[in-house]
Amino acid sequence: MKALSLRQLTKTYRNGVQALKGIDLDVEQGDFFALLGPNGAGKTTAIGIIASLVNKTSGTALVFGHDTDTELEAAKACLGLVPQELNFNQFEKVSTILVNQAGFYGIPRAVAKERMEHWLHKLQLWEKRDAISRSLSGGMKRRLMIARALIHEPRLLILDEPTAGVDIEVRRTMWEFLRQLNEDGTTIILTTHYLEEAENLCRHIAIIDEGRIIEHDKMATVLRKLHSEVFVLNPRQPVAEVPQLPGYAVKLAADGSIEIEVTKSQNLNEIFAALSARGIEVVSMRNKANRLEELFMRLVEGRDAETGLVKPAATA
Amino acid sequence: MSTEARLTAASVAQRDRRWVGFRTIVIREFNRMVRIWGQTLVPPAITATLYFVIFGSLIGRRIGDMGGVSYMQYIAPGLIMMSVITNSYGNVVSSFFGAKFGRHIEELLVAPLPNWLIVLGYITGGVVRGLLVGLVVTLIALFFTRLHVEHLFVVLAAVLLTSVIFALLGFINAVFAKNFDQISFVPTFILTPMTYLGGVFYSIAMLPVWAQTVSKANPILYMVNAFRYGFLGQSDVNLGLSFALMAVAAVALFAACVWLMEKGTGTRE
Repeated sequence: MKALSLRQLTKTYRNGVQALKGIDLDVEQGDFFALLGPNGAGKTTAIGIIASLVNKTSGTALVFGHDTDTELEAAKACLGLVPQELNFNQFEKVSTILVNQAGFYGIPRAVAKERMEHWLHKLQLWEKRDAISRSLSGGMKRRLMIARALIHEPRLLILDEPTAGVDIEVRRTMWEFLRQLNEDGTTIILTTHYLEEAENLCRHIAIIDEGRIIEHDKMATVLRKLHSEVFVLNPRQPVAEVPQLPGYAVKLAADGSIEIEVTKSQNLNEIFAALSARGIEVVSMRNKANRLEELFMRLVEGRDAETGLVKPAATA
Repeated sequence: MSTEARLTAASVAQRDRRWVGFRTIVIREFNRMVRIWGQTLVPPAITATLYFVIFGSLIGRRIGDMGGVSYMQYIAPGLIMMSVITNSYGNVVSSFFGAKFGRHIEELLVAPLPNWLIVLGYITGGVVRGLLVGLVVTLIALFFTRLHVEHLFVVLAAVLLTSVIFALLGFINAVFAKNFDQISFVPTFILTPMTYLGGVFYSIAMLPVWAQTVSKANPILYMVNAFRYGFLGQSDVNLGLSFALMAVAAVALFAACVWLMEKGTGTRE
């Protein structure tokens, strides 16, 4: 069973902007799915259409087999949404927000209160149950939106940049929570600007750019397409000249570190041997970007080359 | 379980779910009204008291009787109706626009609730506040005068229909409003003048013929007079026509609100 199925989904806004140019997307039940793309690529529009917050121009969207055109209520009942921007009543208490949201999904008040308690404990917000929501910290507000999206126990949870602006500790806790939720059976679709997050959590990935899906596969398959990685080597003594290493693309960074592109057929032993022979001692090494980020940039930049358009920089 | 039994169970489940959803919207609206009681319940009570003191007691004594009753008794139904109109409209316009502005309208848009139910929930919230404030003003009126009810059913039907109509109008205003100025424009520049000129303080029989003709184009005149008829048994306009106009307006406005929600005007663009 597919948790989500989009066919030829298009959206043209009144100002003429074509946000989606006919996207097809399938997400299997139980999957942890990453939907990536640069700013303005159409991710939020696609999510908005699935969640009935944006009117589509054409195409179909099915949530667990329920067509949003003909079985909208059934489709909505399967779906939980954590939007990018805060959208709860800032003057209401934390507990009230959750109990009301459960009510909107037809959950009787007594059951709603039990679930509110359960999710607030799970998301470490129980102590704040009587707090007015605007008094919460940024991370707490994000967790409140997750609790709200889960109050009706949806089969499909869509999170639009849930960890944006939260500190590393909260982000890690949130990852663990989402991983557990997925293991317990909830299908999750995640959009994020932290590509490390997508690489760590998700099993499948789609990359959307300029309203089109340009990549849609298993995470492992997509990452295998990356033929080379750039490593940054820090020498003990600053290097004045670019060391010549036959077969390798080498650059000298302004801070004196060495950037070397290594393809799959090459190996790092050769590089270290060649550098040692030139009297260069390497004290540390790191990836210039993480693997997904590298691929993402290449895919997006590749489209630039085709269209000749100036692209917005992807943030990581 | 047979197919028919399954369908019946599904339809009962859907009805129950919708009922809980509707009740939740109404409870939320009621709680909002109570939470901001200083803005919702107190001002109309103060305004009504001032009207009764100044127009009813001080000026009213010099005016004498109107239509065979004291001026205070004559204006009381009009003042009650005025507060119902203002509060039904004000509740929905501010609550729905506030939900749009704060984006928490999305909590309802993502939920499995039909649009007609969302409209009905907000309208019921507006009607509850309108009637509650109307009751407060009625109690204040009783401090100043005796209120004799001639036709209770007419009183209840007129106040309910009027409240529904203005709650629906408030909803439409909120749907189209893009900023706070646009939710205060209609009440200030359209609603208030129409209410004052809608026979709250006088009988249109006192006006010159041309002004009577103009007044009859004011829908509020029909609502105030229908309500007043319920108390005093007298009206400047035909009672049947008043109720027909109100019923048609309520149905047409409700259909318009649902259509706007289905279309996503102001909410799903």
